[in-house]
Amino acid sequence: LLSFLPERSNLAGVRHILLVLSGKGGVGKSTISTELALSLRHSGKKVGILDVDLCGPSIPRMFKVQDNDVHQCDSGWVPVFVDQEKSISLMSIGFLLEKPDDAVVWRGPKKNALIKQFVADVAWGELDFLIVDTPPGTSDEHISTVEALRPYKPLGAILVTTPQAVSVGDVRRELTFCKKTGLRVLGIVENMSGFVCPHCSECTNIFSKGGGEELAKHAGVPFLGSVPLDPQLSQSLEEGRDFIQEFPKSSAYPALAHIAQQILDGASQRSS
Amino acid sequence: AEAAALRERLRCVKHTVLVLSGKGGVGKSTFSALLAHGLAADETKQVALLDIDICGPSIPKMMGLEGEQVHQSGSGWSPVYVEENLGVMSVGFLLSSPDDAVIWRGPKKNGLIKQFLRDVDWGEIDYLIVDTPPGTSDEHLSIVQYLGTLHIDGAVIITTPQEVSLQDVRKEINFCHKVKLPIIGVVENMSGFVCPKCKNESQIFPPTTGGAEKMCQNLNVSLLGKVPLDPQIGKSCDRGQSFLSEAPESPATSSYRNIIQRIQEYCDLHHFQEEKII
Repeated sequence: LLSFLPERSNLAGVRHILLVLSGKGGVGKSTISTELALSLRHSGKKVGILDVDLCGPSIPRMFKVQDNDVHQCDSGWVPVFVDQEKSISLMSIGFLLEKPDDAVVWRGPKKNALIKQFVADVAWGELDFLIVDTPPGTSDEHISTVEALRPYKPLGAILVTTPQAVSVGDVRRELTFCKKTGLRVLGIVENMSGFVCPHCSECTNIFSKGGGEELAKHAGVPFLGSVPLDPQLSQSLEEGRDFIQEFPKSSAYPALAHIAQQILDGASQRSS
Repeated sequence: AEAAALRERLRCVKHTVLVLSGKGGVGKSTFSALLAHGLAADETKQVALLDIDICGPSIPKMMGLEGEQVHQSGSGWSPVYVEENLGVMSVGFLLSSPDDAVIWRGPKKNGLIKQFLRDVDWGEIDYLIVDTPPGTSDEHLSIVQYLGTLHIDGAVIITTPQEVSLQDVRKEINFCHKVKLPIIGVVENMSGFVCPKCKNESQIFPPTTGGAEKMCQNLNVSLLGKVPLDPQIGKSCDRGQSFLSEAPESPATSSYRNIIQRIQEYCDLHHFQEEKII
């Protein structure tokens, strides 16, 4: 019974919870979740990432811990630490699969049950930030996650989009989801915003430009910044490297660092 | 009896192709739209495009049909026609505002997919293309269940070159094996970018583990083709125009056309084999 009280639960030691959402798939939710965690770590924070994408869990590989297993302790599941200092910890269905190519072919109710467990039964300990990475859409995973997190009063949600209208169209719906579920929107990130050719420095707007910023203006939510396409970022994610540490001169770095700073500022405002 | 009603409605469909991916944002809807345009270029063929992405329906915008609504008649729901021989159905047509969110759990989504199959008056169709959301969940199970794998020619699986996508796509391939859905092949999208100024190529989404080519070799699946990034693709999609018509000279267009042809050939062969069995 005691574990049902927010003060005694596994989330009791988590100072700030934020969700990374998008109506659209493939826009960079997991990427932004990962880079945000790395940036916050570099600011001295302890960060956890809860990956509730049950069909396409991307987070483990982005930290090069895809082969790790999850262990149990008295208070539940021990999250996977990505480093010796235990500054970043993760939970994902990716760690629970017997084989990495196993498909999780579950209907809603089974997904909902696991998400409830993920929210309640991971022994996070003391964290400054818990980032919840989600799959695209506005369905079971999202409804269940927001419901389960409600007692813990999340800081809010970051919405990720790419610049083109087709993406923005889906993210508008995600904004409605946030409104309807009472989830505060911390801001919108426009990802894949332009590509600067490493050979000649010509900028090409492969996925158009500006849609995210316009949407933020139209919806009256903060615009957190535009992140350009950066092959070094893609490569880092492939190899599970710390992009923030290793490539501070790369084109995506300034925008990613700025996003983290705004989150830090927002969180400390809320604390005071 | 419900299954029978569905089968009855779908009796007039010659070929059904599912467009899948474990991964989001790799170009399923883009490909579905272009496949539909490509097949409908033959005016003697009747093509239907069904969008079962209930939360993020991209097809109406990509086909230039944003704002259109569905009409009911005695014979059921009318698809929205782009051309005389190309009809489209999507939850997008049932929403009154672009801000409307469909915040539904699985069972309700399944119900709508069933309605799409049972109540839409497609008429006689040569090709039914089904665009899906990413993943291996309710929508995917339901469409395979309702259509029945015997009535689906096969699945086209879309990926991008990097491992982050491939790891999800392998799951999708396993899903297909699990439900006994034949795989027509894999399309590697966003396969390299040629700078329009200096013509040098960049691998924006690097194939660090060998890309779709290696994956297809390992899993014994056909690689239908590789499509490079072209900024015009996104622009055409946003404007609801066919990229194939707007940029006929683009290398991406020739890639898409080759892939579409291979899919057509597969379907013709499949039909031929079915006829032999009968």
